[in-house]
Order: sequence, then C-alpha cells, then structure tokens
Amino acid sequence: MRFSAPSRESGYKLLRIAAFYVIVIAGWWAIANAEIWSPYLFPAPDSVWRSMRANFDNGQIPAAIGATLQRMAVGYVLSFIIGMALGILNASSKWANETIGGIVLGVQSLPSITWLPLAVLWFGLTEKAIIFVVLMGSACSIAISAQAGIQGIPPLLQRAAGTLGASRWQAYLYVVLPGMIPVMVQGMKQGWSFAWRSLMAGELLFVSAGLGHLLNVGRDLNNISMVFAVMIVIVFVGVAVDRLIFGRAERWVKERWGYAA
Amino acid sequence: MTGIAERNEPVATAPSGATGHLLALTDITKRFQTARADTLALDHVSLEVRPREIVCIVGPSGCGKSTLLNIAAGIDAHFDGTATFEGEPIKGMARERAVVFQEPALFPWLNVRANVEFGLKLRGVSKADRNSIVDQQLEMVNLTKFDRAYIHELSGGMKQRVQLARALAVEPHMLMMDEPFAALDAQTRDDLQMELQGVAGRIGATVLFVTHNVREAVILGDRVVVMSKSPGRIRRIIDIPLGRPRTPDDHDVADFAAMVRAELQESSNEPRYAI
Repeated sequence: MRFSAPSRESGYKLLRIAAFYVIVIAGWWAIANAEIWSPYLFPAPDSVWRSMRANFDNGQIPAAIGATLQRMAVGYVLSFIIGMALGILNASSKWANETIGGIVLGVQSLPSITWLPLAVLWFGLTEKAIIFVVLMGSACSIAISAQAGIQGIPPLLQRAAGTLGASRWQAYLYVVLPGMIPVMVQGMKQGWSFAWRSLMAGELLFVSAGLGHLLNVGRDLNNISMVFAVMIVIVFVGVAVDRLIFGRAERWVKERWGYAA
Repeated sequence: MTGIAERNEPVATAPSGATGHLLALTDITKRFQTARADTLALDHVSLEVRPREIVCIVGPSGCGKSTLLNIAAGIDAHFDGTATFEGEPIKGMARERAVVFQEPALFPWLNVRANVEFGLKLRGVSKADRNSIVDQQLEMVNLTKFDRAYIHELSGGMKQRVQLARALAVEPHMLMMDEPFAALDAQTRDDLQMELQGVAGRIGATVLFVTHNVREAVILGDRVVVMSKSPGRIRRIIDIPLGRPRTPDDHDVADFAAMVRAELQESSNEPRYAI
C-alpha cells in the first residue's frame, strides 16, 4: 500500500473528523455527569475507557477477539469454498440454476441465526455449531455473487481470449476468474457482514469465548462499562476488517476497472 | 512509409495449401433461425484470400459480412460449405487467425502491457522473449509510454491500438478485423487507417477487414468485396491497384469509392452510405 504525504486538504479532513469525535465524547461525558440516568445504566466515557483498559490488560478482550476472528476465519473460508463451487455450478449449468439456484436464493433470505437451534441439535454446544451458523450466513451471498460475476462477464472477452489461442480451460482460468472479481468483492463483503452479525448473535446465545460471549459476561456482572467497552471493540474489529481487507480489494478493483465495485 | 516496397515484392515462400490461398471460403451458407424469423445471412458465398493481401468486405448492415468474418475466424462453427485455412479445415478459434473486434475486447484487470502479453503467456513464451515482443508491438502502435496504464484510462483509439498490438503479438498468419474503427471519431479513424497501412506493409500482414465505410474499404483494401443483403451475397469484388499510403483525400481513392458506392446502391434500396 502506498501512502502519500498528507496534503493540506487531507490534514483539514482529519482535523474535522477529530473535532467531531471530541464533541461526541464531550457530549457523552456531559450527559453522563448530569446524572439523568444512574451510572449503572449510562456510564461516563472515562469509566468505559478504564474498563476497556482493564479487560485488555487482563487478556479477556484480546482472547475474545482471537476466538471470534478464528471462528470467522474458519467459517468464512469454508463458505468461500462452498459458495464459489455453488456459484460456478449455477452459472455453468441451466439445470443446476433452476434447482440448486432456487434453494440458494431461498436460504439467502433466511436470517442465518435461525440455523442455530438446528446446529445445536446436530453438533451440540460446540465450535462446529457456531461455525455452521457463520457458514450459512455467508455461503449464499458468495454463491449468488459468484454466479452473477461469471454471468456478467462480456462473452466477447472469452472470445477474444479464444482468438489469441486460449483453450476453454485457459479462458476460464485467465478470463472468467479474474473477470468476476468486481462482483465477487461486493458479494464477499456482504457475506462477511452477514456472517459477522450471525456470529455475534450466536456467541451471545450460547458459546463460550468470543466477543459476543464477553458481552454476555458484562451483562451477568451488571457491568455496564464493560458492555459498552466490548461493543466498541466489536465496532472497531468490524471496521478494521472492512478497511483492511475489503477496502483494499475495492481500491484494487477501482484502479483497474475504473469504477467502484 | 517503408512498407510499400516490401508489400509489392513477390511472396518469397510458396503459400501453404495447393490452391495458393491462405484462406478459402467455399459455398458458405448460413441461416439464422428464430421462432419468428428465418434469415439467410449468407447464401453460397465464396471468397479466397491470398497471402499478404488486405481484403475489405463492405456492405449494408445485415449483409452477413461480420458473420463471414466470424466463420473465417473460427468463432462461428455452424454453417454449410467449406472453410479452410492454410489448406486445413477451420476448426474453432486459433491464434493463427487473431481478431480485432469493434468493441474494445480488452481485459480490464490487466494493464496495457499485460493485455498485449496475454496470448504469449498462454503459449508459454519465456519472460525475456515476451518482454521484447511486447516492447516491439507497443512501439509499433505508439503506446510505449502507456504500457502501465489500465484500459479505462485509454481513449477509444488507444484501446483499438492495444487490440491491434495484442493480436499481432501472437504472430497470426492472418489478421481478422471486424469494423475495428467504426466507433471512433473521424480524425482518430484517419490516423488509425494510416497506421494500419504502415504496420501491415512493414510485416507483410494478410488482413480480412470488415467495414461499412466505403472510403475506409478503398483506403485499406487491395481488393474490396461488395456484399448485398437479404440474402447475403457477394455482388462484386473490385481490385484497388493504388499505391500506398492512401489517404482519404486522394482523388483516386474518391473515384474508387464512388465506384463501390454505385455498386452498393444498385444492390440495395437503402442509398445511405458513409463516405
């Protein structure tokens, strides 16, 4: 990644954003200190900050982030493999699209946390159950975007590859797979956000370890500052993944295709 | 333009195939059948292309000229009649007959250099050889400075130059061009016609060039094939024995263009042709 020296324009932008957050936190602090609500219900920012520091220092938050991201990674990689396979199948076979394609669309409309009861019956209260929920959350988005990505490639590009000597396999490998990337990036981003939401819900409901679980611990301890702190961490992890992985992928697409994916 | 002298030299090597033709299309008939219509796109069309000549096909929309090119390129395999290239029946697409399309059929995820390199990579040409071939091709079409640009950053004329360089890089035995300049502005089109004459002359290329622009056909073609539509047939083949480079302003070009236009108008009820 390249960083250009901050120009005057981007300096002002940073200043504007910083000022905005200073105002938000000051407003939060003022409301909390007005004691309209009990500090047990509405903590001040400094109390949330202390709780966050404490939970970082005692290792609870880092361990939870690790557990959560590991589940996401395993579930997401599996759903990428399954989603790609389904998408390619549905794009290349009319028969598959009429049958499996319909199921994919149907399952896509199902909020994936509703798979949890079934997952618990199948796998028990295990990691497998929660990974299954993550997988069901994102596999369909990825399958649908893979199919749309393949079908959106102008046939002319494959033909051009053919006239340059590409075999059918080479045309698939060097034209279809790269050509589907812009649509795929969008589908993978959507799949990630579905999986992320269902993982948080799943962790809240039953499993040990993870950020969702830590949120529940805060509730059990009646520690509102900890609940706030963990929620902020969840936001930061989500935004960081979005920026680092999908933001980068989107810039890659924009540089080449000339439009935002 | 150094190409003229080379072009007029006799062909050193005997062309393959007993006929002396590089491309031979014989008795080609092509029907398009849909639920509502049954169109005879090509009706017993025969055309032969000799090595190192530029043959332009001109005709109204729907006369089957692009269909004929697709058959010659191996893109369209469903037709009656025989199509041979270098004496062998045409079976599908092959880099020996590389195509430049009307729409810029370039790969957006690859920069200009990688687009030109595409066909070479498929053949497993070594990195060093690829680089030198690509450099040479980019220089030929005046795009050396843009080798790292992505496709969306190029103008329409530059995109067609990249297509030409990409097609020439695979060393085709014949170049198929399907209305490659039709979507360009007049100035760019004139420039590219000049460049194509120069490039084709220099390397002694054999070209099948489809256009609906009569003057373009006369500027580029050693022979101009005039087609009529419904059904698609060859009406006349006109030799253009003019020196090169030819420009749109040459009187001789204008005279031949008038002749071609007259031929087209006789064959059709649509007297509207671009000049």
